Amino acid sequence: MDIVIKITFAIMGLAILVVFVRLVKGPTLPDRVVALELVASIMVGFIGVHAISTDKASFIDVAIVLALTAFLAAIGFARFLERGGPRHD
Amino acid sequence: MIEILTMITMLGSALFMLLAALGILRLPDLPTRMHASTKAGALGAILVMFAVSLHFADGVVVAKSIAVILFILITAPVAAHAIGRAGYFVGVPLWEGTVKDELKERYDPETHRLYSGLETPEQLEAYKKNLDMKPRIRLKSKKKS
Repeated sequence: MDIVIKITFAIMGLAILVVFVRLVKGPTLPDRVVALELVASIMVGFIGVHAISTDKASFIDVAIVLALTAFLAAIGFARFLERGGPRHD
Repeated sequence: MIEILTMITMLGSALFMLLAALGILRLPDLPTRMHASTKAGALGAILVMFAVSLHFADGVVVAKSIAVILFILITAPVAAHAIGRAGYFVGVPLWEGTVKDELKERYDPETHRLYSGLETPEQLEAYKKNLDMKPRIRLKSKKKS
């Protein structure tokens, strides 16, 4: 169990690293928003695995809050893009 | 037994997240990247929550993880739709290998109005005449034999 949790953390960390490349490279702002949303989604998974590894169930609340804020951030960015505003991408 | 199942779901979720990350790095334009990240990322988070509810096997935790799963299932398509729509209107270039962009000729980005190509009566009549050639919208009722 222990080594599987370590492997899972390693793979998720690698995934965040790969998404971060797109976040830096991303030619336009919507690309970066999509990358940020995927980072939040991977973080929800990270928190879930951390809750399993520390055996504390209260981390699930953190996952709920993180999913909520990620959704609100995505909707806010979409509104901002569509209604216009200063864009330097 | 339950521990093995937990391990399998955790590893599967990590692999799905890696798949989403690779898709977001390698695919050529915004809609294809969203196609990779939305579905595979949501499935990864859902599998982790499934593993959590298997591991704790407690009523409150299972209810919370089911709440997270339902929330992800509801919000992931909505967020992807909002971002994709905003990206299309902002004018993010599509991949040069794109075969079909049906909104391009039908949609007016200034007034946000979608035309069907059948607005005037002349267009509708011409469309009805050619109905046998191009059955896209059924105007007559289908007869059951």
